[in-house]
Amino acid sequence: MFFEKYDPLKEEMFAVLDKDGKVINKDEEPDIDDETLLKMYRTMVLARVADVKALQFQRQGRMLTFAPVQGQEACQIGPMAASDTKDWLVPAFREAAAMLYKGVTLEQSYLYWYGNERGSQFDEGVNVLPVNVPIGSQVNHAAGIAYASKILEKGESVFTYIGDGGTSHGEFHEGVNFGAVYDVPMITIIQNNQYAISTPRAQATKAKTLAQKAIAYGIPGIQVDGNDVLAMYRVAQEALKRARNGEGPTLIEAFTYRLGPHTTSDDPSIYRSDEEVEEWKTKDPLIRFRKYLSNKKLWNQEKEDKLQEEMKQYVIKTFKKVEKTGQYGPDDVFDFNYETMPKDLKKQKEDYLAYLKESEGE
Amino acid sequence: MATLTLLGAINHTLEQQMEKDKSVVVFGEDAGFEGGVFRVTAGLQKKFGKDRVFDTPIAEAGIIGAGVGMAINGLRPVAEIQFSGFMFPGYNQIAMHMARMRNRSRGKYSVPMVLRMPYGGGVRALEHHSESLETLFAHIPGLKLVIPSTPYDAKGLLTAAIKDNDPVIYFEPKKIYRAFKQEVPEEEYTVEIGKARVVQEGSDVTVVSWGAMMRDTLKAIESLKDEGISVEVIDLRTIAPMDSETVVESVKKTGRFLVVHEAVKTLGIGAELISRVNEGAFFHLEAQPVRLTSPDITVPLPKGEHHHIVDQKRIAQAIKKLANFE
Repeated sequence: MFFEKYDPLKEEMFAVLDKDGKVINKDEEPDIDDETLLKMYRTMVLARVADVKALQFQRQGRMLTFAPVQGQEACQIGPMAASDTKDWLVPAFREAAAMLYKGVTLEQSYLYWYGNERGSQFDEGVNVLPVNVPIGSQVNHAAGIAYASKILEKGESVFTYIGDGGTSHGEFHEGVNFGAVYDVPMITIIQNNQYAISTPRAQATKAKTLAQKAIAYGIPGIQVDGNDVLAMYRVAQEALKRARNGEGPTLIEAFTYRLGPHTTSDDPSIYRSDEEVEEWKTKDPLIRFRKYLSNKKLWNQEKEDKLQEEMKQYVIKTFKKVEKTGQYGPDDVFDFNYETMPKDLKKQKEDYLAYLKESEGE
Repeated sequence: MATLTLLGAINHTLEQQMEKDKSVVVFGEDAGFEGGVFRVTAGLQKKFGKDRVFDTPIAEAGIIGAGVGMAINGLRPVAEIQFSGFMFPGYNQIAMHMARMRNRSRGKYSVPMVLRMPYGGGVRALEHHSESLETLFAHIPGLKLVIPSTPYDAKGLLTAAIKDNDPVIYFEPKKIYRAFKQEVPEEEYTVEIGKARVVQEGSDVTVVSWGAMMRDTLKAIESLKDEGISVEVIDLRTIAPMDSETVVESVKKTGRFLVVHEAVKTLGIGAELISRVNEGAFFHLEAQPVRLTSPDITVPLPKGEHHHIVDQKRIAQAIKKLANFE
């Protein structure tokens, strides 16, 4: 049995690649076709470039506060690549890479962080929930979506993400426990990026690993090298097998690092050293995966340069479009709170529109 | 036609809706096997199985949050919070998600969910078992809140709530769960959410109430029948969205307005109603509008409850005073 080989109480971490992209666990190297491997890499690069550029736009005063994903691309792309289109993604708020892989467009992602809910109106067939800000509360949604999938026999599995800080929250417990009690097809991925804003992981729990929390719920828990996209893919495959066989939820702790700030309003230099960040940069998930692809003769410097340029242009073009289309009219404010607008709200809208008309040209 | 208590009408409606719509599921603490501590869901698990009627862990955020997820993915959850005073751990889910998912996703996801909660006092219960928290829900955009006061409305409002594509909080006045019976049609029908009911027409005073207080209000009016006061009585039925039109039209006719509720005074629903009466019928008022509510105190333990909730006698006195004001 896969999960029994890695004991979270002994801090046994599952990995496939070392930080130089060499396969260190040949038996568990997932069999992924070239096209998918390249799609995974492209999406990781897109997420990275979109993040770096958004940070620039934000510093120029063109983008609002957002939660950068840099450093955590592998924990997100691996599992999403292992999932089926119909499987759900229930994100917290730092899952831009996972969302992009599941079919959320960059334009939508940018539009959301630009300050417009239209960025959360995903296309038909994209089973992704909007960004979830209140810490931990999304885990219960995942449990419910998975419960519905189970009793309506939809065959969908549900991935949800939470941070190391989020595991302190009561709703993490309630959601994982609910899922476990009813054996629902639910996979909870804890992205342990070492900090809840500034609070280090050791301040959040006395437990040695976050994966070991699974033991109390009676489900498998495993700690995985979260910067190893192949390990994340492989472990998700096994978790999906359980989910699809009706064996219930799995808890995955992805051991990773947030290379950027918590949000653009955060200054991480206050609570962590440059040395620590530099050390983690050598474990960058993109570098590692690129080396793996190069070793497989699927990638080279020329392709890399071309892709970087292509993504840069695409990201700039998309952001400029969002700056044009991201504005907000009164209808956007009023029209989506209810399926049918209550009478009194209608009156409030009319009053506001009348005011706008009256004050036109003033 | 069956003769049912309010509790019986709810049970009958859940059974009817579960039969008609396979996506309706019922769950909560002890709501499955036992049928709930008040037995509102009695017999449903036996009939519809454990997948559709089930006991949950004692975790209100889990119950409500999972319900939100179920609603997003094709079910019509009817979740029970055992007592409304225990909804606070789940309030995060109510305010942050149940109420907002439609707006957040620009309509891609809606939450067609009903959250049932027995509310109110008068049953000599422990602390936290007797609250009236209407305001906490009515204040949140995206939520609807209904409160039946009769078995007929209990069925019609619950049917409407289950069919609604937006979340509805359904308050159950537990004090009158078994207080009286009424003829309830067997066939499906709805009572429109957002529509108050004129219980009796009158020309001197408008009295608005809802839930368990409706019964005390009607008894008070009955006790005044020899006083020659013509009272128009309105059962608000839906707290949000509020049917101010029916109330305002009535006050335009009577010029005198009394609202009676069990919840505390400050920022209670009465405050909102009076604001709306002022906005809509100001020049028709012949007396200052009156709120008869519980005082702004913590709900006392049972020995103090009679000081807390207004009774028939006080309501009668207030109506008399208002009618005679010159």
